[in-house]
Amino acid sequence: MTSVGLHHFVLLSAVLFSLGIACAIARRNAVAILVGIELMLNAAALNLAAFSRFGALRAEGQLFVLFVIVLAAAEAVVGLALILAIHRRLRSVDVHRADSLKG
Amino acid sequence: MNGDFTLADGVFWLLSAATALGGLGAALSRNIVRAVFFLLLTFAGVAGLYGLLSADFLAAVQLMVYVGGVLVLMLFAVMLTSQIDQAHQSNPVGSRWLGIACGAAMLAVLWTTLVRAPFLEESAPAYAPTTAELGHTLTGIGFLPLLAVGLLLCAVIVGAVVVARRGPGTE
Repeated sequence: MTSVGLHHFVLLSAVLFSLGIACAIARRNAVAILVGIELMLNAAALNLAAFSRFGALRAEGQLFVLFVIVLAAAEAVVGLALILAIHRRLRSVDVHRADSLKG
Repeated sequence: MNGDFTLADGVFWLLSAATALGGLGAALSRNIVRAVFFLLLTFAGVAGLYGLLSADFLAAVQLMVYVGGVLVLMLFAVMLTSQIDQAHQSNPVGSRWLGIACGAAMLAVLWTTLVRAPFLEESAPAYAPTTAELGHTLTGIGFLPLLAVGLLLCAVIVGAVVVARRGPGTE
């Protein structure tokens, strides 16, 4: 049993990212696709924080995580507003049914 | 890399198990409400890991923005869009094998690359609050991005209202 270091955090974030990509590709519910995207963003932000602790740049890496969190929140807001608009028109959040432009 | 097992290591394994379990549940759950609550477990685990990385401000922000904001927003979207009588089958699987194949391929590539990657691993500094340092950086080199993000958030609020409002053409 070795002491926890940079490798452990990076490998955990690789697992999270793979789960997120599998979720975003396999699901048909638009909210579930957003869940997958949030998993991927969290994995990337965890990477940045880990590198900022074990590397030389401490505050700059955390600054990036802060902006990633803000952008993820903005993306979730716009995505969920789009999902509501699609649901109002199609009565469904199945992305396979949203296949028409200006329909 | 020494051999003794410290308290921080135990906390890391506990938090990473919670995070991975939450991610697994969020990716595989058949019920969309259950998937969102598994996502809560992941967000809380990542917040704990930020604390373990001595990024205390990030842990607080993660809890406030993700758990308090994004997750509640997702639950609202689920409640507004899914029919109650289909709750047990609300998260249908489109192309299951494609998703599993892509996830497994990504994991294999990342894992084999990262395991042998020679990171320049310095010994981690002692645990200390980093909020003050982060604040100085934010008002130093991070000031222009901060303004840009503020502008973006304003645009996002206006855009979300415009997109989600009940227009004259819809019922």
